[in-house]
Amino acid sequence: MPAENTANPKTIVPEIIAPKIVVRDLSFYYGDYCALKNINLSIAEKMVTAFIGPSGCGKSTLLRTFNRMYQLYPKQKATGEILLDGDNILDKKQDLNNLRAKIGMVFQKPTPFPMSIYDNIAFGVKLYESLNKNDMDERVEWALRKAALWTEAKDKLRQSGTGLSGGQQQRLCIARAIAVKPQVLLLDEPTSALDPISTAHIEKLIDELKEDFTIVIVTHNMQQAARVSDYTAYMYLGDLIEFGDTSTVFTNPKRKETEDYITGRFG
Amino acid sequence: MPTFLREASLKRHTVLDLLFRNLTRVSAFGVLMLLVAIIASLIVGSMPAIRAFGFGFLTSSEWDPVNDQFGALIPIVGTLVTSAIALLIAIPVSFGIAIFLTELSPRILRRPLGVAIELLAGIPSIIYGMWGLFIFAPLFAERIEPWLSAHIGTMPYIGPLFSGPPMGIGVLTAGIILAIMVIPFIASVMRDVFEVVPTLLKESAYGLGATTWEVMWKVVLPYTKVGVAGGIMLGLGRALGETMAVTFVIGNSHELSKSLLMPGNSIASALANEFTEAYGGVYTSALIELGLILFFITFVVLSLARYMLFKLGQREGQVT
Repeated sequence: MPAENTANPKTIVPEIIAPKIVVRDLSFYYGDYCALKNINLSIAEKMVTAFIGPSGCGKSTLLRTFNRMYQLYPKQKATGEILLDGDNILDKKQDLNNLRAKIGMVFQKPTPFPMSIYDNIAFGVKLYESLNKNDMDERVEWALRKAALWTEAKDKLRQSGTGLSGGQQQRLCIARAIAVKPQVLLLDEPTSALDPISTAHIEKLIDELKEDFTIVIVTHNMQQAARVSDYTAYMYLGDLIEFGDTSTVFTNPKRKETEDYITGRFG
Repeated sequence: MPTFLREASLKRHTVLDLLFRNLTRVSAFGVLMLLVAIIASLIVGSMPAIRAFGFGFLTSSEWDPVNDQFGALIPIVGTLVTSAIALLIAIPVSFGIAIFLTELSPRILRRPLGVAIELLAGIPSIIYGMWGLFIFAPLFAERIEPWLSAHIGTMPYIGPLFSGPPMGIGVLTAGIILAIMVIPFIASVMRDVFEVVPTLLKESAYGLGATTWEVMWKVVLPYTKVGVAGGIMLGLGRALGETMAVTFVIGNSHELSKSLLMPGNSIASALANEFTEAYGGVYTSALIELGLILFFITFVVLSLARYMLFKLGQREGQVT
């Protein structure tokens, strides 16, 4: 049941009961360039929400506002509100390190740190908790099991993370992100550098991870969005064009632009 | 093209190729020959001193040109200690400079600051020496040395290192001047290697909630360790062999003292100071042997550095 969005009446936004994240009137600027225009949407808890759209549409930019990654760069700024459980992420008083403990992120390319597999996972945990050796061992195993890497990695925990294959490295990065026990997991085109088999692994993993985590995934691969997500947002040139549950967006889009994109007539 | 012409051209190519290949080979082996020749002439030159003093040369602190008694302990200790002080100061400062230039500095400040640091590397060493002797040493003697001996000089264990009269010139001053001289080398190498760290790697660490310090210390530094070690070795190489600036401020005294505030000597400055006075025979030979020792120290330090890097790589499982 689509509800009209007040700020941008063109956008069709579904009502999500008990959303984890609510985005209100979010605009984003790279210097003077406006990359996101008045975005309004909600992210459902323990579901997978996919952002799709052609390159430069702002889907990655939107994702990077959720953990305020943009703040590393002086000329980028966001206006509006992003509420995580009702708490405004964009508030200046928000503690960044705490925020990033709650919202983990995985990037386009695997980025294992130059240290052992074990230390890669312990890295984030150590920033927030001081665990003794046993608890840390358990946490590392838990994270590796969750990321479906345990059987492959359990005998080489002391070896360098950079020695794994690409797909394994990306699962290591997912394990590293969930080891901190975040509530939300942001995946920025997590399979764009991987082969089809590794991609299938990761997609299966996403399906399992949504039992514990709220997942937001940016993907340039529409089939992937259709396969893994519960909700899909189609974006174009900084506007949110259509947002709804994935089956509706893909089988019965309300907007002509969305239909053109997903049927491959454009983009 | 007729066959005979093609053959002629082919032949010419073969000859040119052969010529070129041998030219590069000669250049490469020429360097090696030069190295061997330098070592050989140092060894031959120092033979009289080696015959006269044997291994005692390394452990004796006596340096008495009048009676032809020579020992290298003081210059060796001076060289190692001043270089150690220089690195102790220069490494953290350079790390700070590199972090600031790559992560924290506003974009408009990066270039001017970077250029300033490179200019610092271009100042001739004699100017550092003059500045150290005429400006830094008096200030140091007046303001800092009294404080050092009053506060740190009374502590147990490290106290004796900082006791003695405030003279301005001495081992500590030489170390500080050396630190200033090697900072630009280490800092600019660190900055260069930090700059090539992939953005995504840093963002991954920031994304886990790491602070800038944690990102630099735990991710960027391990990622760039080979380059950073290279930069430090470059600095160390300069510190070990630096002559002019050290000669000005180290005091050139052949007295062994526990205190860093007292004058000392380094191999390079002993050579610079005394070659003109040496009248040949054992004296000259002793100085040449000092040169041989400096060569050897530099070689050992560089080899150790390579070995350390190799071990470090092994521990991380890169070499399995």
